[in-house]
Amino acid sequence: MTAAEASAKEAKEKEYDDIPGTFVFDADRSRRGYHLNMFCMSLMKAENRRAFKENEASYLDRFALTPEQREAILTRDYNRMLELGGNIYFTAKLGATDGHSFQHIAAIMTGSTQEDYAKMMLAGGRSIEGNRSKSGRDAAAKPAPRRTAAKSAKTRAKSSPGPTAKRAKKAGSKRG
Amino acid sequence: MARIIAGVTSSHVPAIGAAIDLKKTEEPYWKRVFSGFEKSKEWMANAKPDVVIAVYNDHASAFSVELIPTFALGCAAEFPPADEGWGPRPVPVVKGHPELASHIAQSVILDEFDLTIVNKMEVDHGLTVPLNLMFGSPPEWPCRVIPLAVNVVMYPPPTGHRCYMLGRAIRKAVNSYPEDLRVVVMGTGGMSHQISGPRAGLIKSKFDKAYLDGLTKDPKELTRISHVEFMREAGAEGIEMVMWLIMRGALDDKVKEVYRFYTVPASNTAVGHIILENLEPKTKSRRPASLRGGATRKRAAAHGIRQVAVRSKQ
Ligand SMILES: [Fe+2]
Repeated sequence: MTAAEASAKEAKEKEYDDIPGTFVFDADRSRRGYHLNMFCMSLMKAENRRAFKENEASYLDRFALTPEQREAILTRDYNRMLELGGNIYFTAKLGATDGHSFQHIAAIMTGSTQEDYAKMMLAGGRSIEGNRSKSGRDAAAKPAPRRTAAKSAKTRAKSSPGPTAKRAKKAGSKRG
Repeated sequence: MARIIAGVTSSHVPAIGAAIDLKKTEEPYWKRVFSGFEKSKEWMANAKPDVVIAVYNDHASAFSVELIPTFALGCAAEFPPADEGWGPRPVPVVKGHPELASHIAQSVILDEFDLTIVNKMEVDHGLTVPLNLMFGSPPEWPCRVIPLAVNVVMYPPPTGHRCYMLGRAIRKAVNSYPEDLRVVVMGTGGMSHQISGPRAGLIKSKFDKAYLDGLTKDPKELTRISHVEFMREAGAEGIEMVMWLIMRGALDDKVKEVYRFYTVPASNTAVGHIILENLEPKTKSRRPASLRGGATRKRAAAHGIRQVAVRSKQ
């Protein structure tokens, strides 16, 4: 395939990079983050947690981490860890080693205090409005998945692959 | 003959497990969540399944990044609770049903679902929290449990359609098992939530409610939701909801919704729960629907035909 085809393919595959504030743990990230995630996994054992706490830097020498990954771990930069191939279920083990809950780590990643974050959740969570799309191309409000009773299975099979396609492709400036 | 009598879905938020383990269930925040499952526990006590097939996902407990099976069926006799960093949850060891599990594995593999067979596995909150919600905290789980672990951690998880069709294949497998067993299928995870990145905390109740509606009335429409749409609309981790379609695929086309519960939040997550019963077969039975044993072979054959028809249509 030509370079243009390859990049078109890449763009299509990474459609989810348009989702704001989200690092999708895909094959590329998984490959890049393998040792970072295996470091986190090692913290499932109490003796490893002890060794890590005693001397973080020297414990990290056991893993083939990139300098960026080391830095992100040592500074507890959870978003950066995700960007560099970490997965939340793994990095949460680092959080747990520090004595933090999932919610605490989630709050950190959103740049919020746990208290404010918990309040937001109690009030119904973060709204999708303004948080749907970076480019704004999927910004128009859409109905959640449903069908109209009149539509036959045959019509549906012929129409869009999913409710997404039914959404108006309106451009709009959205934060995120 | 074994028969699937009902399907149940439930979120499997780890904080719900922590609330149970730390005896916080009476606190107002948690009471709001747990009170929604009181009826469900009653229903389950009446349904008295012999076996639960529990569709769930592992959260870097049994599987790390070393091995990522898309579908992994637990065929062991026992599944101990995993240590997720705070010691194993104080819940009973999950007892499997190796004979039925092996039968399902064989049947669905010959039906072209190449799943992974697991003979040794620890199970995390993804499995044990829904068991608590449906059975409470008994000293022993009252029935056998066959875990079916689905990868939803690394992108891409199986598609909703693939999950639905696997459910169909599981139904066929269960219906061809000679022993008279009542089986309930559970789909766990969801509903909308995102726990990673700057967009963490995303909840979309409108999506969730429509998903619950679709689960009862038109699950095939739900099988068309793309992964990107799940992640965009229901949060990066909301994609767990594909697992519910395995449960739904294992039920009949027409089902009776007997109970539903929805609340926001439990920690970071919208909690959704639904109980769907297969309709009674036309044969006369003195036992109530949820206690019924077998269906006729005719009926199973009819499912087979319908299954082929659906496959060619989609
Ligand atoms: Fe989960």
